[in-house]
Amino acid sequence: MLHIVKKDVPKTREKIVVRLSAVLAALAVASIIVLVAGANPIELYIGIVQGCFGSLYRFAATIEKMVPLLVLSLGVMVAFKMRFWNIGAEGQFLMGAVGTTLVVRLLPDLPLPLMLLLMIVVSFAFGAVWLMIPAFFKARFGTNETLFTLMLNYIALTLVTALQYDFWKDPAANGMPKIANLPENALLPSAGGFNLSILMAVIIVLAMYYFMNRSKIGFEIAVLGESENTARYIGINVTKTIIIAALVSGGLCGIVGMMQTTGVSGALSTEITGGLGFTAIIVAWLSGLKVPFVVVNSFAFAVLLQGASYIQTAFQIPGSVAEMIQAIILFFILGSEFVLQYRFVSDKTKSEVA
Amino acid sequence: MNNDYVVKMENITKVFGKVKALDHVEFSLKKGEVHAILGENGAGKSSLMNVLNGIYMPDEGQIEVKGQLVNISSPKIALDLGIGMLPQHYKLVDVFSAMENVAAGSRKTTPFLNKKKILDEMGKLIAQLGMDINPNKKVYEMSVAEKQSLEIFKVLYRGADILILDEPTAVLTPQEIKNLFEIVKKMVATGCSVIIITHKLEEVMEISDRITIMRKGTTIQTVNKAETTPQELAGMMVGDMMELNVPYVPVERGGKCLEVKDITAIDRNKVHILDHVSFDLYAGEILGVAGIAGSGQKELCEGIAGLYHLKSGEIIFEGENIVGKNPEKISQMGISLSFVPEDRLGMGLVSSMDIIDNVLLKDYRNKKGMGISREVSRDKAEALVERLNVSTPAIENHAVSLLSGGNIQKVLLGREIELEPKLLVTAYATRGLDVGSSQIIYELLNEQKVKMKPIMYVGEDLDVLMSLCDRIMVLCEGRVTGIVDPRKTTKEAIGLMMSGVMNEGEAGCSIS
Repeated sequence: MLHIVKKDVPKTREKIVVRLSAVLAALAVASIIVLVAGANPIELYIGIVQGCFGSLYRFAATIEKMVPLLVLSLGVMVAFKMRFWNIGAEGQFLMGAVGTTLVVRLLPDLPLPLMLLLMIVVSFAFGAVWLMIPAFFKARFGTNETLFTLMLNYIALTLVTALQYDFWKDPAANGMPKIANLPENALLPSAGGFNLSILMAVIIVLAMYYFMNRSKIGFEIAVLGESENTARYIGINVTKTIIIAALVSGGLCGIVGMMQTTGVSGALSTEITGGLGFTAIIVAWLSGLKVPFVVVNSFAFAVLLQGASYIQTAFQIPGSVAEMIQAIILFFILGSEFVLQYRFVSDKTKSEVA
Repeated sequence: MNNDYVVKMENITKVFGKVKALDHVEFSLKKGEVHAILGENGAGKSSLMNVLNGIYMPDEGQIEVKGQLVNISSPKIALDLGIGMLPQHYKLVDVFSAMENVAAGSRKTTPFLNKKKILDEMGKLIAQLGMDINPNKKVYEMSVAEKQSLEIFKVLYRGADILILDEPTAVLTPQEIKNLFEIVKKMVATGCSVIIITHKLEEVMEISDRITIMRKGTTIQTVNKAETTPQELAGMMVGDMMELNVPYVPVERGGKCLEVKDITAIDRNKVHILDHVSFDLYAGEILGVAGIAGSGQKELCEGIAGLYHLKSGEIIFEGENIVGKNPEKISQMGISLSFVPEDRLGMGLVSSMDIIDNVLLKDYRNKKGMGISREVSRDKAEALVERLNVSTPAIENHAVSLLSGGNIQKVLLGREIELEPKLLVTAYATRGLDVGSSQIIYELLNEQKVKMKPIMYVGEDLDVLMSLCDRIMVLCEGRVTGIVDPRKTTKEAIGLMMSGVMNEGEAGCSIS
């Protein structure tokens, strides 16, 4: 019989080697699927790279995919650092987008700078409130935040559906269930495919780095995540810390709703999240809940996303094949984490050790 | 009772790392007897039973069960031999009924539950033992005593006739203890043999036929109950006064610093874990707190630190009553109180953080503004590592959990002392430390005493307590059974107070 035993902390070199080989192995396995789909794997992989970096326009598209994922991952990371399992980033994202649209509907004539500022504040508040609800119940009554945040995703989605099909349905869309596009004065300025959300993301990354590593509250969140007993012992106000972390986590996810509505889709819709709220969970974990790694991994995921959409059109392969390649790479990388942390020993050697 | 031995353990030795948990231990159990194993914490009682139950493999020695030489390598094999151990922490499925819990994991169970058959069998056994178990009651609706009965029943239902009870009375009320002993007597009457681990002398005298006394990993003696007295047992349990190299520093004690008046606390099982505790603490003294584990020491320390809810009473420190204040409030009041908790990595330190961040834990609030600075803490950490000779590869990016127990404690205690607190409360400061590390801790405490700090030292080794402390307060089941001067009393007297057999006055000790 084989037993699984936890290893010592792996060295940086080992980590790099294992992860690189995981990616290579994933590409090898994915090649089989590519061949079956009738394409040349090598050309296809080169195609992915070209799709992401081949031109300024394509690179802009990659960054556009990276920005929402990055900010969502940072938001999720804050909550995870406290062992608060916020898997409701999707819902907070949607609510942020709802808040953004609400600002435009209520005050359609604001000048652009004021409009953007107000939308940032409102989307942050909407996302924050959406996470504060489960945070409050967790701090007060000890409810399970995993289920709570997950369920709130569906409530948010249903709300947006109702808005899209009924309350906010665009009368000018010939009966199509669609919310009206935002006016010019509510769109993020952009140049050459790069829009202002990139700048916002840079500011958020810097702020979050400070927040997590250099601020009192960030330190308290980390302590609370490691041990509630210790937190109480050194006199941390547990309820307050949970609420603040939820505010930041939900708020960041909410801002993504604003970025996407005003910068990419131009209108609120049920499809606006594209499942990024869940992908963010994976990115935050793979990054070990550390800001610099979140940046790197968000970029890597964006490359996969952009590459996949490019090869669909360039190689005429079905979108599902591209998604399968993505999934295979992800699986191998997640699997390599296991290899890094555990090793197998047989019964025989184990009894010798004992 | 006849003289058939159902269990014979000879020469059992078990070593953990450098520590000899069991050192050539002898133990035997006769058929149909109740055999108590008596000893202080860490005497090896539980280790010995874990060997018998197949959880530990002994490094040396042999075990005979019912006349056959056996090799017990797992609890399953133990159960095949008829040995069942009642776990200290109950392993029941909360949402299952008593019957379902009994059926789960039982080898008599068929793929489909034959409820009627199990209920019949259970009913018979329940009637035979006179137990109060309702097979349809869900576990989450049960009291602690009911859960314990169910655990005992589970073991018996699976065919055990040698039952090991590890501290079964610790969580029970006196009435429940009485019921438990009734069940034990009935079990013995039906041919079972029972081993009961305890450190309560009264219970030993009430229930057992024979008593084995253990101390520091060895068996001292096995005696018949009829031929012994509680005094003799207490003496054997604590042993003779040992010459220790724990220095006592005489200091003229100063004014009263802490006044604890009549504090009472209730634990989760609705037991009075602190029962009208009152004492004073003076500057420049070390007040030792002695007692069997779970007599309320932890709750007393945490109560003072504002971490445990006290139902009534007052704690006056620097002229203010701090009962009902949490640690945040206490520190906001400008009261600097250092508490070195028993659970070092779970409460005192953050195990995954490095030394700098652990020093920062108590420091970060002192900096103004939103940010933290690791620079001050780095200097302090460096000083701490150097002064206390902490052996660590690095103070940064090296989790404290990777350090040895002694070094972890040095970091914790060092950090607390560095804060120059006006009151120092330590719980089991030297638990698990080797002689050298313990020595450093004692010296640190004495140093603080010379600086006229009031110190409360909760300990478990009576020899250490008696040589280190100025006064010793003895706790038993949440009550103060005596506050004595260790230089004017005997170890045996303290042992009796710990067991609640005697109070201070009766032991003839002077009150300091």
